[in-house]
Amino acid sequence: MSKNRKPNIITSNGLTRRATLKGMAASAGLMAAPGFVRYAQAQTSEPIRIGFQCHRTGIGAAYGRWYERVTNVAARVINEAGGINGRSLEIIIEDDGTDAARGSEVLEKFANQHKVDLVYGTLFSHVVVGSAPMAGELKIPYYVVSEGYHVASGQMNRYCVQPGITDVKAQVRSMAPWIAENLGKRVTLIYPDYAFGHDHRDFFGPAIEAQGGEVIAQVPIPPTETSFTRYFPQIPSDTDVIYHVMVGPAVLTFVKEMGEFFGTGGPQLFGFIDSLEAVDLNSPGLEFLEGSHFWEGMARYVQPEMPDYEIAYREAVGLDESGASVNDPKDVSTAAHMFGCWETLYVIKRSMEACGYRGPQDRTSLIEATEAMTEMDAGPEHPQGRKVFNGKIHQVFGEQSISQVRDGKLEVVHRTSIEDGLYEPEADYTTMSF
Amino acid sequence: MAFGPYFLLATLEGLVTAAVLALTALGLSLVFGVMRVVNVAHGEFYMLGAVLAWWLASLVSGHPAIGFLLALIVSPLLVAAVAFLAERLVLSRLKYEPEATIVATIGLLYIIQQLALTFYGPEARPVRAPFDMRIALPWFGYSAYKLSVIGMAVLLMLATWILLTRTKIGLLMRATQSDRETALAFGIPVGRVYAGVFALGAGLAAVAAVLIVPTQQAHYLMGLDPLLLSFIVVIIGGLGSLRGTLVAALLIGLSDGIISMFFSPTLAKMLATLLVALVLVFRPQGLFGTAMR
Repeated sequence: MSKNRKPNIITSNGLTRRATLKGMAASAGLMAAPGFVRYAQAQTSEPIRIGFQCHRTGIGAAYGRWYERVTNVAARVINEAGGINGRSLEIIIEDDGTDAARGSEVLEKFANQHKVDLVYGTLFSHVVVGSAPMAGELKIPYYVVSEGYHVASGQMNRYCVQPGITDVKAQVRSMAPWIAENLGKRVTLIYPDYAFGHDHRDFFGPAIEAQGGEVIAQVPIPPTETSFTRYFPQIPSDTDVIYHVMVGPAVLTFVKEMGEFFGTGGPQLFGFIDSLEAVDLNSPGLEFLEGSHFWEGMARYVQPEMPDYEIAYREAVGLDESGASVNDPKDVSTAAHMFGCWETLYVIKRSMEACGYRGPQDRTSLIEATEAMTEMDAGPEHPQGRKVFNGKIHQVFGEQSISQVRDGKLEVVHRTSIEDGLYEPEADYTTMSF
Repeated sequence: MAFGPYFLLATLEGLVTAAVLALTALGLSLVFGVMRVVNVAHGEFYMLGAVLAWWLASLVSGHPAIGFLLALIVSPLLVAAVAFLAERLVLSRLKYEPEATIVATIGLLYIIQQLALTFYGPEARPVRAPFDMRIALPWFGYSAYKLSVIGMAVLLMLATWILLTRTKIGLLMRATQSDRETALAFGIPVGRVYAGVFALGAGLAAVAAVLIVPTQQAHYLMGLDPLLLSFIVVIIGGLGSLRGTLVAALLIGLSDGIISMFFSPTLAKMLATLLVALVLVFRPQGLFGTAMR
């Protein structure tokens, strides 16, 4: 490389000390000018600012798109109804690239540059786990919509709450009785080989054993895998049920290859819809799923006798009968998870109203107000259904749906109770210091 | 499952991987061999091939084979055109300086990837296989399409080989590869040959992607794996050596299929990486490469 390159770069850049000083002086002047601090006259008219840590890009992008839509609609609905404590809600979005390191940086940016009141909306567990320590350090409330067990496990900190969506441990526990009774007792688990999959592995085994069943084989699959046929020989031939949970773009391949491998005579299938969120069930290759069962947090397809508030929620966020966007039938939603954004925003609203939230000085009272919540009734604020919040472990518990694929649509065949999923709390955040 | 069928399945899987990998790596190897350009954006050309295949297949209705054939012909041509433009607009202006071209192709990688995200979106979308047939063996079923991928890849590689050894264009490419200055002196339009080679390399990646997209899906991040594997193959086989690329692709593909089936996929990747390290230490020019002049 040429030796004289370095000096060139510096001189060609042309940033002199004088120019720098001028720039700094100008920006300082701007900030000092009247009118810059828009809401200085009365703090109460200033909007409440919520930083939305959004998976706009990366592997969570399909989820992120719908989380963003639901969040914007919910914020608009809240604002139209008068906002929170008379103040409007402002959502500030930063993309975390579904990346743990980036997530932590985004959190810092929210706190220090955007000066938000709280941060909210993260889905993927590795981003939550990567960002939560920063939330604790900056002492900023962090309301996640992630369904991972990490919050309830007590490994996060007092600022990290999950009040809008049931965690995996409770979901899995509530599925086991139905699976053992209706599909079979000898289960093979196929799961992605990272935290989210390990939650399923660790919690489903004991849950199915409690029902007199057993897990006869475990097939972990690396998260970047694109081809699955090579794993199927590990499935024992006396398996009754294949319990599959696969997240990532390769799920269509997974299902298609399973169909090719087993043909028509294979075991029963039970899956978590996580794999097929934002995926059209009528995609080529998914025919093999016909007749199989899925966990759904909230129904994707319109069901008979759906309550009014659920219909209203679907209309508000723009879902058609098949759970796709009303503007584009190919744009399928992440219906089983995104309601969590809606419900979490309402929990934030209720908590802020309960503690008379004024600004960042009330952050700890906000957390305490959320911790004090218990019952959440089904209704426009909780369209997915009734919930019970456990303030000790910062986790909410709700009813879950089991749906069957019939004619390429998901039909809810069973609704679990909250009690099916409840477990003994293993932590107590309320005793931790802020 | 007994050892025999287990091994058969592993071999079939390995062969499919090897076939697609060979095509992709061939493109990378060709570009390096002739142009001495390390094309980091190679995986994105692969991804672009798959994404365009989805788009083209969704344009036509009727039998899925029509959409697939359209994609198989048009998608590589479009990708080659993109590569041709990129070569003329970017790489040729950088005078093929090794460091600059690496940085430029990294930039190209991000541009293509983000454009795909913007216009195609984050979803993984499937393309219908031209025929949907399941070969039912006594122990397991296997997709007939996957087997046909092996055949098609072999045919395409044969075609590339004929192009390189039996045609005038191939002669020009080989002349440019063996000595750029002399080729220039003999009036070979080296610039256009370079552009052609770059386009051909990208087209090979795209055609590999079109073959694989009915069994996987088009996704904007799918370019990373083939890029890494292609580099592994090309390093083991010897940069610029087509025969080496082929042998290394078979080696890596089959070992990936068999080792990951009997042991674990992680072990297969570890062994492949170890092999790369060993090759770099003991035979830096690759198994079949000739030492750099």
